[in-house]
Amino acid sequence: MAVKQTPLYETHLRYGGRIVEFGGWSLPVQYTGIKNEHQAVRTKAGLFDVSHMGEVVVNGPDALIFLQRLVTNDVSKLERNQILYTPMCYKHGGTVDDLLVYKKDADHYLLVINAANIDKDWNWMQENAGEFEVKLTNISNETAQIALQGPLSEMILSKLTDAPLSELKYYWFMPEIDVAGKKVLLSRTGYTGEDGFEIYCSPDDVTCLWDTIMEVGRPLGLLPAGLGCRDTLRFEVCFPLYGHELSVDISPIEAGLGMFIKLDKEGFNGQGTLQEQKTNGPKRRIVGFEMVDRGVARAEYPILVEGSYVGVVTTGTYAPSLDKNLGLGIIQAEYAKVGQKIDIEIRGKNVSAQVISKPFYKREGK
Amino acid sequence: MNIPKELKYSKDHEWVKVEGKVAIIGVTDFAQSQLGDVVFVELPDELSTVKVGDSFSVIESVKAVSDIYAPVSGKIVKVNQALTDSPDLINQEPYGEGWIVVIEMSDSSELDDLLDSDAYVQLAAEGGH
Repeated sequence: MAVKQTPLYETHLRYGGRIVEFGGWSLPVQYTGIKNEHQAVRTKAGLFDVSHMGEVVVNGPDALIFLQRLVTNDVSKLERNQILYTPMCYKHGGTVDDLLVYKKDADHYLLVINAANIDKDWNWMQENAGEFEVKLTNISNETAQIALQGPLSEMILSKLTDAPLSELKYYWFMPEIDVAGKKVLLSRTGYTGEDGFEIYCSPDDVTCLWDTIMEVGRPLGLLPAGLGCRDTLRFEVCFPLYGHELSVDISPIEAGLGMFIKLDKEGFNGQGTLQEQKTNGPKRRIVGFEMVDRGVARAEYPILVEGSYVGVVTTGTYAPSLDKNLGLGIIQAEYAKVGQKIDIEIRGKNVSAQVISKPFYKREGK
Repeated sequence: MNIPKELKYSKDHEWVKVEGKVAIIGVTDFAQSQLGDVVFVELPDELSTVKVGDSFSVIESVKAVSDIYAPVSGKIVKVNQALTDSPDLINQEPYGEGWIVVIEMSDSSELDDLLDSDAYVQLAAEGGH
């Protein structure tokens, strides 16, 4: 499969981005440096290209009951212009994807899905739509998306729009507003643990929007930010990344996402398994850990307790805001307690680590 | 891109500074910029011996794990312990305080297989491959 480019590809080169392949897409891993960009998002602001994300529109009289079957969270609780985070499961309880559901109207929803899962999710949704009166439309190719993240995001964006940004609450959106003269959908969402916005627009407008936001934000400390810091930022706040903390083999209960599973709503995919896991406790859990001895844990490194394999690292890296080497891993539930001593096998050597509480980082006042 | 004239270079992006029988080894400016922010260096034991091409150290940046290969054979007589607490010296001063080891060479003819600065400039310009 050919590696795909977002509409901002040339822009990334112009801004000095170092391009890597990620999930079938050519995207910048960094511009000036991961630590530098990470710090900018935590203290000022960063601008990300997330145009690779997928978007699917669900229309029709059965839109709500279809979504209630498809996802684990309760879509009926949404008000117009409100957003919901939810896992989407297979019947056996493994995870198809995790996504955002935007309620545009009673019969009109927008789903935002992970880039690497677009084809798989699309097929799964089609398969599940059969008996319902709904129309699904994959608008991924016609939709560009950028994320402005960090404490100064509102201040920066307010220079480019008359929309009342301060009234837009976390996980709500404005379906159509003008930003820098372009029509966009604006939501107060993000994947960094900081305040911020995600901006959905036409691919024809995204370069102009990017340049304009950078121009007004740069003097305030805004930096273009790559995938490298997107990962370290979401990691510090322990947001799961599909393919790491969630997968066909890892259920959202095992991932610690029980609050996004509404077992009391009417039948949905995976309900039986998830109910069983919630009642009896899952056999494995995602835990956070800190390296005690020197070393950096990386995804897929084995986790041991007293010489026996008990799990595997799902994400591990240096955490810039904490200046520590930390990790997330899935381990047998009996060892998933804070303070548990574990070893991470790094290049054939066991290196001490210890289970700590999640999240690793919390923004002030939150 | 800083590529000092007086050093020798390996195709794996290590630099070698020869001082009599010993060779000081580090990674090039090109290598550190490709790696990004270095957060961890796994250092070899002093007095261990290495053969040319052996992986003797590992450098980890936020995103990447990279082996460092011995550009010459010999005995490691000195290890830069400062990298334990300040791995970012590799980013800041790749040819200075960011040096990694000193090797007492067992076969100085191996130096003939290394690149001079002009050849390394060429290699880096081609993207390092």
